[in-house]
Amino acid sequence: MPMLTLADLGVLRGVEVERDADGEVVVASITPTYTGCPAMATMRDDLVHRLRDAGFDRVEVRVVLDPPWSSDWISERGRAALRAAGLSAPGPAPRRPGPVLLTLGPPRPAPPCPRCGSAATRLTSEFGATACKALYRCTACLEPFEHVKEI
Amino acid sequence: MSDEHGSVFDGLLGGDSSQWAFGTDFEDPLAGVDTTTPDGVDPAELAAYCLMLGDDALIMSQRLSEWCSRAPDLEEDIALANMALDLLGQARLLLARAAAADPAVVPALPEGSPVPPEDALAFFRDDRDFRNVRLAEVPNGDFAHVVVRLLLFSTARLALLERLRTSRDHVLAAVAGKGVKEVAYHRDWAGRWFLTLAQGTEESHRRLLAALDALWPLQGELVAAHPLERSLAGAGVGVDPAELRQEVDAVLDQVLTVSGVPRPGRAPLAGVGGRTGRDGLHTEALSLLLAEMQVVARAHPSGRW
Repeated sequence: MPMLTLADLGVLRGVEVERDADGEVVVASITPTYTGCPAMATMRDDLVHRLRDAGFDRVEVRVVLDPPWSSDWISERGRAALRAAGLSAPGPAPRRPGPVLLTLGPPRPAPPCPRCGSAATRLTSEFGATACKALYRCTACLEPFEHVKEI
Repeated sequence: MSDEHGSVFDGLLGGDSSQWAFGTDFEDPLAGVDTTTPDGVDPAELAAYCLMLGDDALIMSQRLSEWCSRAPDLEEDIALANMALDLLGQARLLLARAAAADPAVVPALPEGSPVPPEDALAFFRDDRDFRNVRLAEVPNGDFAHVVVRLLLFSTARLALLERLRTSRDHVLAAVAGKGVKEVAYHRDWAGRWFLTLAQGTEESHRRLLAALDALWPLQGELVAAHPLERSLAGAGVGVDPAELRQEVDAVLDQVLTVSGVPRPGRAPLAGVGGRTGRDGLHTEALSLLLAEMQVVARAHPSGRW
C-alpha cells in the first residue's frame, strides 16, 4: 500500500537517538502487521536508506513484537489516503477478552463501497492480495474492492 | 558495448547493499528483542518446546503452500496461501527463538555459510529431529481434506495460543498475541467451508465425511500432553495441551452439530512404544515432504539468495 507511510500504517513504533561511546545512533522500532509479512525486510531497508540519505550514518532498526500490531493504529491521514486510493479503511478492531468465538455465519457488518458509498456489499474472501486485506464486491456499482481487515 | 550503454548496468553491482529489496543478507527476525531465558527454565527444554510449536507451523505451512494454484477457485487459492504465510511467519519466529534459547539445537553448517539459525533448523534437520504432530505432515488430499485438517489444526492451535499469551517467555507471549488474531481467521475459514461442504451436494458431503474419517485419528495428538509440555506449563512458560481438550471439543462439537455431521468414533492413531510426532516419530510422508522442501538449501549450504 504505497499510499501509506510507515507511520501512517502504525508500523513505525518509535524513532529515538541513543548515545554510545562512538556517538549517536538513530534507533527506529518497527512491528510487523502480520507475523509472516514479507515486507518487513523492505521496510527496514527503506528506513535505513532514508535515514542515511538524511545524513544519519549510524542507523539501527529494531523489531517490536509486543503489543501486536492493530489496525486501530492506522492514522486518520492513512485512512484518508486509503479511501482516496479506492480501498476501504478498517473499522474498530474487535476486542477479545477470553476465548475467541467461532464465526460460522457471514462475518461482521460489511463495509460500505469506497467507490459509490453503497452499503450493499458482499464479502468475496477474507484473504486478499496481502495478509492485511479482504476482498469485497459492491452489488450496487458491481466493482470489487479491497478492505483493510480489522485486527 | 560502448561505455555509455554499459553504464546502464553500473548501478547493479557494488555500492550500498540496501538498494536491493531484501538486502544482500538476511535479517534477524528477533533483532532488538530480549531473548533471555526466563528464570528457572532449562534453555534446552525451552528450545525443544519452541521447535514443537514452530515445526507444527512450518510443516502445516508447507502442506498448505502445496495447494498454491490448485484450489477450486482463485479466492480460495489466495486464502490457502495467506494461511500458509501466516504459519510460516510464526514458524520463523519460533525457530529463531529456539536457536536463541539453545544454540546447540542448530545444525552445523560450513564455515562462512550465510544461512541464519532459523533456516538451518528448517532446512538442515532430518525427519527424526522434527517435533511436529503427524496431523501436519500427512499428504494433501482433496479440498475437503484441507478444510478438515485446517479445522482440527487451527482449533487446537488457537486454544493453545490464547493461553500462551501469558507465557513468562516474552517472545512466546508476543508470538501468541499476534498468532491468535491470525489463527482465528484460519479457524473461521475452515469452519465455514466445513459447514458448506457438509450441507452442499451429496458428493461434497461424502468427501467431507471421508476426510474427517481419515484425519480424526490424528486429532488426539494435538491435545495429548508430552512430558516436556507439562514441564514447561508447570514453569509458566508453556501450555499443557490436556487443558485444551475441553475447549477444542466444544468448538468441534459446535461445527459438527451445525453441519449435521456425527462425531467420528475412530480411535487415536497410536505411537510406537508411546512415541509420537513430538518425540520425532513420524510417518514416511514427512521424509518425502522434507526431501522436497530442503533439497535446494542442502545443495547450496553456502549459497546467498
